[in-house]
Amino acid sequence: MEVTDQELKIDLQKQGVLMTSLNELYNWGRKNSVWPLQFGLACCAIEMIAASMARYDLARFGAEVFRPSPRQADLMIVAGTVTKKMAPQVVRLYNQMAEPKYVIAMGACAISGGPFKQGYNVLKGIDRYLPVDVHIPGCPPRPEALLHAFMTLQNKIASQPLTGPARPRHLRAGAPSEFSVPQCGPHGLVPPSNPAVWRPPTAAQAG
Amino acid sequence: METLEEICFRIKTALPAARVEIIPNASPCGQRSLLLGREQGLAVATFLRDDPQLRLDYCSNVTGVDRLEPSLPQGFVQSPSSAGLKKEAGEGLGESGTGCLEAVYHLFSMAHKNGPVVLRLRTENRLAAVRLPSLTPVWRSCEFQEREIFDLFGIVFDGHPDLRRLLMWEGFQGFPMRRDYLVADDFECEPTPHGDVPKRMSPRQGCAEVIQKTATADPRV
Repeated sequence: MEVTDQELKIDLQKQGVLMTSLNELYNWGRKNSVWPLQFGLACCAIEMIAASMARYDLARFGAEVFRPSPRQADLMIVAGTVTKKMAPQVVRLYNQMAEPKYVIAMGACAISGGPFKQGYNVLKGIDRYLPVDVHIPGCPPRPEALLHAFMTLQNKIASQPLTGPARPRHLRAGAPSEFSVPQCGPHGLVPPSNPAVWRPPTAAQAG
Repeated sequence: METLEEICFRIKTALPAARVEIIPNASPCGQRSLLLGREQGLAVATFLRDDPQLRLDYCSNVTGVDRLEPSLPQGFVQSPSSAGLKKEAGEGLGESGTGCLEAVYHLFSMAHKNGPVVLRLRTENRLAAVRLPSLTPVWRSCEFQEREIFDLFGIVFDGHPDLRRLLMWEGFQGFPMRRDYLVADDFECEPTPHGDVPKRMSPRQGCAEVIQKTATADPRV
């Protein structure tokens, strides 16, 4: 929609006339009922619980309904350390969620391995296997940071077009909805990352 | 509570065949401990639990210690390259018999409300002869902790009812706290305050190769 149309729309709203498009209405409904999957992996889960309680009140964003089943959830909050033993189960849970589905990687461990990055037993970021929509740094991030991630995700959902090449994954017939589950090998996860989702940092960044 | 010397004497009186030794502790806490022989470890533990004067009926903690060869440098990490593996693994990793693995048990008496008494059991060496008697038949609380020691240190507890890995997955090779595992092929080069960590990795996973590999894998190059 062009700028003049936006201004016209705001003027009309002031007069009590609501103008919208199917696209906006659809995304408005989607972004205000993002139901997270109820699971936590470490101390970040405590902050996630705090964010859902009365003081920070995640219900303001329509995301207070934590679902105990992946079949009913729209959002996976990877809150905490993903050990290599746990990583296949996390990917499997994601695969069991219905489209459209989103992932927030919460905390230093979930985005990169955090303080355990140089160790032997912790996955160096869940984005090696899952398409992460929002990364939150912090150890652990405060509930405000999680709320900010929610708002970022809502903005992302609101800006998704329903048609055209930029439409989201769940509206493209050929796009993958499931991602390969890694296996626990003799020394670590096999494969160490999913190349369809994640590439190692390039030389310029690594240097 | 009886002193460690008295406990040691009473063990030797009740079980003349048992090897018991008091391990001194030079640290400020001065907590001394009893080193038991492997063969009579179970009998001594049963005696400590059932003796009416001791009644050490509660094992609060079991942990493992990896006692390296004195010559082995600190922070030793085995190279995962297959050529260097056998050579480096053979060097100073417990074959000569001075190094050992150790299980430490902390015992308390709920009946007499005192403790702790610290028991130690040592394996013959660090690699091949790593068997110890399990004390799970004596104290049920040892079960998971002995499993954890088996998982991380590789001590095999004879008589344990369910000796499986606890923290690592089945199929993992090596014992992490012995530092003998091979580094997984998921190393990611990054600047770190611990400057020597990337250098300690093998050449296969070193920074230079990672950069080279990603440079060729990048479609933009």
